[in-house]
Amino acid sequence: MFKSLPEQAQKVSVTIEDRTVQVPAHWSVAAAVLVQDMDSTRDSPVTGAPRAPYCLMGVCFECLTEIDGEPNQQACLRQVREGMVIKRQCGARRVLS
Amino acid sequence: MNTEFDIGVVGGGLVGVAAAQGMVGVGRRVVLFDEGDVAFRASRGNFGLVWVQGKGVDFPSYADWTRSSAELWPAFARELEAETGVRLGYSRPGGLELCMHDADYAAREAKLARLSKATEGRFEYEMLDGRALRERLPDVSTKVAGASYCPHDGHVNPLFLLRALHQSFVQRGGRYLPDHGVSAVRARHSGFEVRAGGRDWRCGRVLLAAGLGNIQLAPMLGLTLPLRPNRGQVLVTERVRPFLHLPTVQLRQTVEGSLLIGDSHEDVGFDEATVGQVMSGIARHAVTAFPMLKDLRLARAWGALRIMTSDGYPVYQESKDCPGAFVTGCHSGVTLAAVHAQRLGSWVNGNTLPEISAFSTERFNV
Repeated sequence: MFKSLPEQAQKVSVTIEDRTVQVPAHWSVAAAVLVQDMDSTRDSPVTGAPRAPYCLMGVCFECLTEIDGEPNQQACLRQVREGMVIKRQCGARRVLS
Repeated sequence: MNTEFDIGVVGGGLVGVAAAQGMVGVGRRVVLFDEGDVAFRASRGNFGLVWVQGKGVDFPSYADWTRSSAELWPAFARELEAETGVRLGYSRPGGLELCMHDADYAAREAKLARLSKATEGRFEYEMLDGRALRERLPDVSTKVAGASYCPHDGHVNPLFLLRALHQSFVQRGGRYLPDHGVSAVRARHSGFEVRAGGRDWRCGRVLLAAGLGNIQLAPMLGLTLPLRPNRGQVLVTERVRPFLHLPTVQLRQTVEGSLLIGDSHEDVGFDEATVGQVMSGIARHAVTAFPMLKDLRLARAWGALRIMTSDGYPVYQESKDCPGAFVTGCHSGVTLAAVHAQRLGSWVNGNTLPEISAFSTERFNV
């Protein structure tokens, strides 16, 4: 969906849906998932419709993602970290994660 | 007097709009005055229980009135959904009140036995000890001694209920006047003048259902109504996959997946603020009873003011000085919505409603 502009940046390794990728260390998790070839990053808990990050500033809650086993993380408000495990969120979280 | 409307209802909350919707449904010309966002708006702060258990233990009329509304609710919900297309999120799986300690459990058992006896067994319930409770709800902590279960109880989304009733009212031909706070009501020869929006509206009869606003309005029609605000605070969590199939008084899961957590009963005047200490008390109590809630995030919280009479029971009273003027108020506008929609119209039309005669304001005159 998105292509990154060329930049010199220190990279970190993160796993997105079991695929290990290199992304600039200063990126948000939302940016990291948007440059992957993914149509959506979560399914709506109400309708099951495919969704992706939208406002990129923490107010729309469309970017809810599972990060390091924790569900309902706002991907646009989290910075990537070496070894981070990022997964699509399918519907609502479970009460016990 | 040449009236524009048969009935003017003051107050667009759940009590006013339910009564108005019922009345316009049987062909009356009804106008509904709504103050607007500056009003206290108890209806938007409601937890959403359609609750029978424990009510009217020492006041059988209230127990019967409540239960009759709960019995009407399933058909009421179906009809309202069909008419408006608004899904109410209503279900009636029965409900639980948790008893944290053995002493609470014994007290609750005694109280409900009394209620069942006073209603000649019409009120049904079941006491669940710790083991039986965790068979029904495995997530309940072993710290909880037990619970009372009542098959008459249910829950609903009160915001969608309010919206559906408003939509139905207008669809049925009612006249809705938002941002029309009522500043005065005057009895005239064979009718009433309601002052709102800069002019007088001529109504044959008037129903005051303005919640705490009735404090100012009732005396204008020769009615005295001792009302006090009582604050409740509610916490709402992020959406979670369905796991809690039975509502309790302090915790329920909505159709969308959020958990609502309450409750508090605070005597703080006309103050709707949320208070950190109270909210953490509510949260702590919920996590003690349901430990798996502890990692859930809160999405929002609110405070709202209940309409509380001195004895906690509703008021239904026609003015003696100004016949044709009626006042009503309660803190259980969700539970009573069905019976308000279907029965109050007849009362406002001048027919005696024996079930509500016990709720007159005369009981406050000692």
